[in-house]
Amino acid sequence: MSSGIPDNWELVIGLEIHAQLATRSKIFSGSPTAYGAAPNTQANLVDLGYPGVLPVFNREAARMAVKFGLAIGATVARRSIFARKNYFYPDLPKGYQISQYERPIVEKGALEIVLDDGTRKRVGITRAHLEEDAGKSLHEGLPGMSGIDLNRAGTPLLEIVSEPDMRSAKEAVAYLKKVHTLVRYLEICDGNMQEGSFRCDANVSVRRAGAAKFGTRAELKNLNSFRFIEKAINHEALRQIEILEAGGSIAQETRLYDSDRNETRSLRSKEEANDYRYFPDPDLLPVELSEAFIDEVRASLPELPDEKSARFMREHGLSAYDAGVLTASRELAAYYEEVVRRLGGEAKLAANWVMGDLAGALNKDGLEIGASKLAPERLTGLLKRIVDRTISGKIAKEVFEAMWAEGKDADAIIAEQGLKQITDTGAIEAAIDAVMAANPAQLADYRAGKDKLFGFFVGQVMKATQGKANPAQLNDLLRKKLNALA
Amino acid sequence: MHALTIAELSRKLRAREFSSEELTRALLARIERHNEPLNAFLTVTEDSALAAARAADKRLAAGDAGPVTGVPIAHKDIFCTDGVRTSCGSRILDNFVAPYDATVVARLKGAGTVMLGKCNMDEFAMGSSNETSYYGPVANPWDRTRVPGGSSGGSAAAVAARLLPAATGTDTGGSIRQPAALTGITGLKPTYGRVSRYGMIAFASSLDQAGVLTRSVEDAALLLETIAGFDPADSTSVDEPVPPYSMLLEQPLAGVKIGLLKEFFDKGLDAANAACVRAALDVCRKLGAQLREVSLPNLPLSVPTYYVVAPAECSSNLSRFDGVRFGYRCKDPKDLTDLYKRSRGEGFGAEVKRRIMTGTYVLSAGYYDAYYLKAQKVRALINDDFRRAFRDVDVLIGPTTPTPAFAIGAKVDDPITMYLNDIYTIGANLAGLPALSVPCGFVGGLPVGLQIIGPHFSEARILNVGHLYQRETDWHRRVPPGYE
Repeated sequence: MSSGIPDNWELVIGLEIHAQLATRSKIFSGSPTAYGAAPNTQANLVDLGYPGVLPVFNREAARMAVKFGLAIGATVARRSIFARKNYFYPDLPKGYQISQYERPIVEKGALEIVLDDGTRKRVGITRAHLEEDAGKSLHEGLPGMSGIDLNRAGTPLLEIVSEPDMRSAKEAVAYLKKVHTLVRYLEICDGNMQEGSFRCDANVSVRRAGAAKFGTRAELKNLNSFRFIEKAINHEALRQIEILEAGGSIAQETRLYDSDRNETRSLRSKEEANDYRYFPDPDLLPVELSEAFIDEVRASLPELPDEKSARFMREHGLSAYDAGVLTASRELAAYYEEVVRRLGGEAKLAANWVMGDLAGALNKDGLEIGASKLAPERLTGLLKRIVDRTISGKIAKEVFEAMWAEGKDADAIIAEQGLKQITDTGAIEAAIDAVMAANPAQLADYRAGKDKLFGFFVGQVMKATQGKANPAQLNDLLRKKLNALA
Repeated sequence: MHALTIAELSRKLRAREFSSEELTRALLARIERHNEPLNAFLTVTEDSALAAARAADKRLAAGDAGPVTGVPIAHKDIFCTDGVRTSCGSRILDNFVAPYDATVVARLKGAGTVMLGKCNMDEFAMGSSNETSYYGPVANPWDRTRVPGGSSGGSAAAVAARLLPAATGTDTGGSIRQPAALTGITGLKPTYGRVSRYGMIAFASSLDQAGVLTRSVEDAALLLETIAGFDPADSTSVDEPVPPYSMLLEQPLAGVKIGLLKEFFDKGLDAANAACVRAALDVCRKLGAQLREVSLPNLPLSVPTYYVVAPAECSSNLSRFDGVRFGYRCKDPKDLTDLYKRSRGEGFGAEVKRRIMTGTYVLSAGYYDAYYLKAQKVRALINDDFRRAFRDVDVLIGPTTPTPAFAIGAKVDDPITMYLNDIYTIGANLAGLPALSVPCGFVGGLPVGLQIIGPHFSEARILNVGHLYQRETDWHRRVPPGYE
């Protein structure tokens, strides 16, 4: 996708990501956090903001925030403070959101992204703070009224605020994907963008190439897929460039992205913005973290995507690209590693199959790796037959499809369909002889110097053996026979 | 029966001299007779009270009774009571029936007390005279043209008029101690965090503390034992062991160091009131206490500090009363903004609105540093003053209020004068300290109070001082004429 941004303009982008933390209960109440329940069945008196109730902090949310902080090399605050963000809205039961303001739990971290040309770029993360989610307003099926569903109210969020370090929509997407991968690795967020458990707002401004000062920014809301984010940022940047080139100026405002129309429209101007009147929440104590707690969390960190990718390159000899693709999710990497372990090596073969046929089949059926119809041991069963030359790679693709469709093991399918590769020299030679005898004209042409016909003979022998002739053996024997008689 | 204290009732109930049901019926009848002119009760829960009394009698018969089993009490209408209207003295909660019990309510219920009803109060506990209640002012039993103090004015008037032996209250800037002083009873505000705030409708969360209004210090100790203690539902409650306060009342005062709060004996203090307090100090000296003057130089800043911090917190705490989920909703709202504006505009009274507006202002961008942040710094200085003072003395003593009860209507148009009524009580809230008010005399036939303030979690000591003082005096036994 071309960005359409003229060369003499540069984008400046910062992202605010809201990741719902995968705690079982809410951040300040004991209600469950499961998605999709009937409205208001997962909201207790605390979530409903009833008179007299008080919040009690769920320490599991702190553990998850600390995991994230350590994974991005950030400063983890030994003491952070909850503050109230005051505004009125029907889906905000207390009339304030409990968040963190002056003293967030995580500050000053960074992530590295890989650009299209292979260069690496550091994106700074200003802060990540804990807060509670709001509920939802419902309008469908309620003519002339609004319904309020407070199931989501009080779900823990980690708001991850980047520095304005990104210079193109592609960089923004690369960074967002990086964070998306990381939170799932850490098992602190399910990353589900459709259900809203991973959301993103973008601050976008433009400046003439070489300019030192940032332009006035607009905040884009409602960016709920990787594809929309790229389109929305480019669209917004072009809107700003057009205004500036016409001699106009940009208003600092919040804009909503409409994916149906691929346009952004103004939601509210800076002047209309709320004064949130933040102040420390007197109902909650500061979040105090001991060194022992932080050490314990550090010890519990899994191998992170960048470390894993480097190891795959170093130990398995994978390319940077392959290692990157395979470590995009922890489950995919684990799957791949399990195949390699069971195969006892053959990393490149395993990588090709996991990234190729398996990924294709998953994609076609819309499945995540965790829901794969082939467990690693079953794919290994197939690859073993390639390694021991029972079947060729080409036949293996057919077997794979049958395994995917029928749920049988590779060996059963190979036996049933008689797909075992012919490695018996005599049998292959017999097939070659028969093909040569049946195609005297082509044989003559080949011998007259039409080398290209070699492929014709390979094809004919494969056809005669239903593709089961071992390709390497076939090549050798065929070449010998054709040339020997010449 | 109505003249007895909890300690006395407890002995007689155990001795089966009368049953809790008989006691409850007698007090319900007394409430029926006296409540109307006093306006102390907003809700009387006769049926559930009698059921609770019969259950208490069973426990008493089975030998399964604690020291307060079968004892009638009432709650300030700020405490949520399951299935019973909890109005907080406001139109906005006029129709609100709480779906749960506050921790204080649950603990007293568990101990077998009998709730007779809910007491009148200043709207959302914002007031010093009980005149801001949506349900009208409460009269002082000593002179019904005068205020009983506030905001726990209904609780204080009911206990003073011998309608029942004790009631709960809350104290954010003096709302237990000031009405206790003005009605001649005993009022205890515990250390911040000593008693759970869960289920107590918040006014200013960092200052609010639940406590009790009783007719003796001993009774206050008995009730504190019941309600104090860590509550996992309140993060600001403190996990400190609860001493057996009622067993620690008799420690001799010999050698106890009492500090006289110099700043309290200022020009604002009524001379006759001051004389009562000085006489009380003489009693303490005779009991062996050592007296010395102590200065807390930042204490005079407590009123302005309080009137920044408390409104700031209240402006946020009261945002949940928006007409959306519970409470008052205006008729036929045009749109969301109209719903908010009219539900709140019609639901809240003038004093509550004044404080919401003040609080909103001091938290606003551009004013936060000059007001809220500065107030928090002054609060820290006041805290330091107290900490320093308690290095030299065990308790601090002074007046509870500058004057005796004033006339209903006298100060309603002058909020500043009204606010100054809490000048001696606010310091303990800002510093989170326990403080007790006990009756120490009369001025013009009206009671005045002595305030005893201690370091954090020193309830046992201040109750001890107050109890020994009450053994030497009978001010707390005086009954308002007509309520004998």
